[in-house]
Amino acid sequence: MIIARGLTKTYGEFTAVDGIDFEVRKGEAFGLLGPNGAGKSTTMKMIASVSKRTGGELTILGLDPNKRGPEIRAHLGVVPQQDNLDRELKVHENLYVYGRFFGLGRKFLKAKVEELLEFAQLTEKRNAKAEELSGGMKRRLTIARGLVNEPEILMLDEPTTGLDPQARHILWDRLFRLKEQGVTLVITTHYMDEAEQLCDRLIVMDKGKIMAEGSPADLIKRYASKEVLEVRFGSSKNVEIAEQISHLGERLEVLPDRILVYSENGEADLQEILKLGLEPVTSLVRRSSLEDVFLRLTGRTLVE
Amino acid sequence: MSMIGLAADSAVLIAERRHNKLGRSVYSGRSRVALERNIMAFRSSNWIIVLSGFVEPIFYLLAFGFGIGKLIGGVTDGDGNPVSYAAFIAPALLATSAMNGAIYDSTWNVFFKMHFAKLYETMLATSLGPLDVAIGEIGWALLRGFVYALGFMAVMAPLGLIPSWWALLAIPGAVLIAFGFASFGMAITSYLKTFHQMNWINFFMLPMFLFSGTFYPLDIYPGWIQALIQAMPLWHAIELERAFMLGNLSWGLLGHVIYFLVMIVAGLFFTTRRLTALFMK
Repeated sequence: MIIARGLTKTYGEFTAVDGIDFEVRKGEAFGLLGPNGAGKSTTMKMIASVSKRTGGELTILGLDPNKRGPEIRAHLGVVPQQDNLDRELKVHENLYVYGRFFGLGRKFLKAKVEELLEFAQLTEKRNAKAEELSGGMKRRLTIARGLVNEPEILMLDEPTTGLDPQARHILWDRLFRLKEQGVTLVITTHYMDEAEQLCDRLIVMDKGKIMAEGSPADLIKRYASKEVLEVRFGSSKNVEIAEQISHLGERLEVLPDRILVYSENGEADLQEILKLGLEPVTSLVRRSSLEDVFLRLTGRTLVE
Repeated sequence: MSMIGLAADSAVLIAERRHNKLGRSVYSGRSRVALERNIMAFRSSNWIIVLSGFVEPIFYLLAFGFGIGKLIGGVTDGDGNPVSYAAFIAPALLATSAMNGAIYDSTWNVFFKMHFAKLYETMLATSLGPLDVAIGEIGWALLRGFVYALGFMAVMAPLGLIPSWWALLAIPGAVLIAFGFASFGMAITSYLKTFHQMNWINFFMLPMFLFSGTFYPLDIYPGWIQALIQAMPLWHAIELERAFMLGNLSWGLLGHVIYFLVMIVAGLFFTTRRLTALFMK
C-alpha cells in the first residue's frame, strides 16, 4: 500500500524526516511512535499527499504523491490531531459536505451519512451543531467523516489524545471494526497501550530517523526484558542501593524516585533484594511494555 | 455494513477523470462544493450582521442624497448634464454596496476560516485543490456583493433614481466589481496573520469610500491626489456604475473593466499560490 525508501523532508536547514524506509501492507494497522518533534506528523503529511517530499521515494497505492496528489487523496481518509470539524454545520451536514468535497453524489451521500452516523453512534445527535458535541463524540465524528469516501487507508494522528478512558475504549472498538473490514490503518500515537492494542507493526522514530521496527511483542522482546521490577527506597538512597544490587537483572536504571530492574524474573530478584536485608518502601513487578522500549530507544529527556 | 465498496471507486474515479488535465494538482473542477458548504452554513448564521452591511449604503443615500442633497444645486453628471444630488451619489453607493458585500466575506470570514476553523486545511486534505477553494470562496463573497447591489437597486427604483434601461448594465457591473473585490480581498487576507494586520484593511476602506469621488467630483483635488485616487479600485467601480446608471456610455469605460479583470485574475493567482504555500508545503 505504502512504500517509502530514503524518504526525506527538509524545511530550509532543518531536516524533519531523515531518509527513512518502511512499508505498510494491505489491511494492517501500522503505527508511528516517537516523542514530539520526531518527524511523525511530517511523515503523515507526506503520506496524506499534502506535503511534498524533498528526497527519496514514496509510493502510495502505486502512485507518486508529488505528481498524483488528488487521486491519492481520494483513496485516503484523514483524521487530524486537532478536531477540525465544521463548527458552523450540524453533525450530519459535516459528513455530507465532506463527501461533496470528494465530488460524491447527493443520493449516495444521503445513505452513506446515515450509515456513518450509526457507525459513530451519533444518530441521535444528527441535528446538533458540531461544536456542541463532547470530545469523544467529536473524535468519532471526525473518524466517520474520514470514512465518507470509503478510503482504503485511514490515517489517524493521535486518535485518542485528550479523551477519557470510556471514550478511548469505544474508539478502539470502532477502529478494530474498520480493520476487520480490511481498511489499512496508519496511526501516530504516544500512548504505548494504544500502540499495543491497535498496531500490528510499528516504527519508533526519533529526530527524523527510525530507531526500531517490528510488532509490539517483537520490540518488547528485542529491546526490553520480560519483566520489570520497580523498587523505591526513598530518593536519597536510590543511587547508593543501586550499587549494591547492580548484579541483579539484565540491566538497571536509576531514576530520581525509583530503581528499575529489567529482568527475566522480577519476583526472584525482589527476593534477592530482601535477602540482602534491604527494605524497599514499595515494590512492583510488572510485564515489560512498549513504554519501556520507547523510553529506552528515545531516552527520558523531555522534548518540548 | 460495507466500508469498501462502490464509492471507494467512485471518489477515486472522480479524481482520476482529471488525470490528464492541465493544472489538476491545483484544480479539480469542483469549486461549487465550497459554495454549497457556505450556503449550508449561512442558513443558520446571524441575519442581523448580514443585513447591517446591506443597509449602511442605503442610510448614506437617504441622509446625504435626500437630506443634504436638498441644499446642493448645480450638480452635473460627467458629461455636464444636470442631475439631482441623490442621482449623483446613488451609483457610487451602489458600487460601495457591491464592494462591502464582497469584502465582508473575503476578509474577516476568510481569516476566521483559515486560522481558526481550519476549513481550508480540511478541504485540501480531500481531492480538492487550492484553486477550487479560492474560486468557491471568492464566488461566495461575490454572491453576497451581488445580492447587496441588487437590493440597493430595488431601493433606488421607487425613489426614481433609475432613469433609463441602460441602468440595467449596472447589474453585471456590480458582479464585476464584487468579483474584483472578493478576489483581491481574499488574496490579501491570505497573507495576513494577525488581527492587528486585519484592522489595516478597515483603516484603508473608510477613506477609500469617502474620497473616491463618491460624494463629489474628483476635480476639487490637486492633480497628485486625483492620480492617487484614480489608482484605487473603488474609484473605477464608481465611475463605471455612474456611467451605466446615468447612461453615459463610452469606450473609455473599458479601462475600468480591464482594471477589475486584472484584480480578479491577480487575486485568484495569489490566493491559490498562498493556499498552496500554507497548506501543501
